[in-house]
Amino acid sequence: MSTTRTVDPPSEGRAPGRAKPVPVRRTWRQSLRRDWQLYSLAVLPLLFFAVFRYLPMIGNVIAFRRFQPGGSMFGEHWVGLRYVKMFWSDPTFWDVFTNTLVMGLLTLVFCFPMPIVLALLLNELRSRSLKRFVQSVSYLPHFLSTVIVAGVVMQFLAADGPVNQALHHFGHSPILFIQQPGWFRSIYVSSEMWQTTGWGTILYLAALTSIDENLYEAARIDGANRWKQTWHVTLPGIRPTMVTLLILNIGTFMAVGFEKILLLYNPLTYPTADVVSTYLYRMGVLSNNFSYAAAIGLFESVIGLVLIVSANRISRRTVGTSLW
Amino acid sequence: MIPDRTRAVRRSARTSVRTPTRGYRVFQAVNALVLTGVVVVTLYPIVNILARSFSSEGYIRAGRVNLVPRGFNVTTYKAVLTNPMFWTDYRNTVVYTVVATVVSMVLTTCYAYVLSKKDLRGRNFLVGIAVFTMFFTGGLIPNYILVTTLGLKNSVWAIALPNAISVFNLLVMKAFFEGLPVELEEAAAIDGLNTYRILLRVVLPLSKAVVATMVLFYAVSFWNSWFAAFLYMDRSDLFPVTVYLRNLIAGATSSTSVGFTGTDAVAAAANIQSVTIVLTTLPILAVYPFVQRYFVSGVTLGAVKG
Repeated sequence: MSTTRTVDPPSEGRAPGRAKPVPVRRTWRQSLRRDWQLYSLAVLPLLFFAVFRYLPMIGNVIAFRRFQPGGSMFGEHWVGLRYVKMFWSDPTFWDVFTNTLVMGLLTLVFCFPMPIVLALLLNELRSRSLKRFVQSVSYLPHFLSTVIVAGVVMQFLAADGPVNQALHHFGHSPILFIQQPGWFRSIYVSSEMWQTTGWGTILYLAALTSIDENLYEAARIDGANRWKQTWHVTLPGIRPTMVTLLILNIGTFMAVGFEKILLLYNPLTYPTADVVSTYLYRMGVLSNNFSYAAAIGLFESVIGLVLIVSANRISRRTVGTSLW
Repeated sequence: MIPDRTRAVRRSARTSVRTPTRGYRVFQAVNALVLTGVVVVTLYPIVNILARSFSSEGYIRAGRVNLVPRGFNVTTYKAVLTNPMFWTDYRNTVVYTVVATVVSMVLTTCYAYVLSKKDLRGRNFLVGIAVFTMFFTGGLIPNYILVTTLGLKNSVWAIALPNAISVFNLLVMKAFFEGLPVELEEAAAIDGLNTYRILLRVVLPLSKAVVATMVLFYAVSFWNSWFAAFLYMDRSDLFPVTVYLRNLIAGATSSTSVGFTGTDAVAAAANIQSVTIVLTTLPILAVYPFVQRYFVSGVTLGAVKG
């Protein structure tokens, strides 16, 4: 295979490397001999990827095989598309699928733009110390455990919590937010905003500092006011960052805050709160329908992959920025 | 909100370019106000929990605790802190965090170092293997079956191994290593150091900033994690404190186990939650102000270089 690729004769190895030659094309054997110590460092990490990342991907074949607890992790015998057909005709699956789409869309619409807005506002701030203070505080929720956040949310919205206190002031009777399906999405999305907005600004602020000052000056000489400078210089300057993060967000669209929903929801709020991942958790881990749950999970992962690949392609065609 | 003029002028060309017009000054004031609002909104729930944890149950149930404790007392703290199960789980959290962070750091550093060698044959393939897992994963069920099959249940390895490498952290570290001057390593190689020693003696001492950032990221994520333990730990004496707290919130651990009885128990439930939340978050809040600037530079660095 190397004969077809190498145009010039392989000159490596012969020159004893005193005068260091410009990158030479080595054969695998030569590379291994030269860099075996380096490769050896990669062995354990590769083992990690093989066992804990790629083996589970292959393990998804149990979606097409019957799995029996205690048996092989790849299942006992083929059942074809049985489990796929099963969730396809499962009305609960379509309910949770709709919930996932709604929740994913809401998260994207509300949580994606917030860091951009906050970063732009922070960037305009004159006082350095206030800027640093706001940043420090807004990063904080990112470092709290999902369990803590769920606990805070529940205490905050409890019958005796601050929100109901405020309602009481306006003469409203207490609302049991956590138990009402109608409130779940708002609660989830706002807690998500609370937790992620500040941390999300980091990358945008980094991008903002790398915008060329001369562009602002040029814009100003052309008579652009501050608003126009923001529109024509700042926003295009952070566009690559925006697009990259948007693609990544779209890729995780299906996996909406599984852990947080699991902590916040309860059977009363299932109608709006139950998403694909929580449903498959209950089906698989709690009810031991592993093959069925794996089929749902595989469907979820494939949609995620398709979304991110197409988002990447579209953005490469239209804005010229892409992840790969 | 009148800025120190002389400083503002000296500070940068940018400030002088943006000569404040009247409208801009109004905007500045409004902006400062909005951002102060952001601070208030962010801190409010946290301060509220803190106030609740020090308040007496009567005031909490009457919904009268807001930003300052009412009926100040530390009874609940005493009750939680004298509960042996809380301490067992707290200790578990510390152990899991330390073990998992060490494993993660070793694996991530090794792989990141390998990936940072631009002339290494097969480098793109090695990068690809890692990056692909960001976009496609096996999913919950195969992972669950794998960990169970490997017999990792009820051991720290169920927490440490499946999440040993975060690809994001890996890429940040790789970017940092790529930025180091190659000459130093070449000089060390001429001096007869092998690859392992170069990594330990030359590269790592130069990478304190990124190492500190990564240790912090991993430690925080393992400290905060709950789901792996929730899935793979069957006995309550193996739970990390996050699972203890989760069960408290879900009502699976009743407040009677913390030393309250009868009606007191019901009244104390909310209070115990607040106290446990505070105690679980405390270590993070304690180190946060000191380490905050490191991780900002760490992330920024990785981001700019991609």
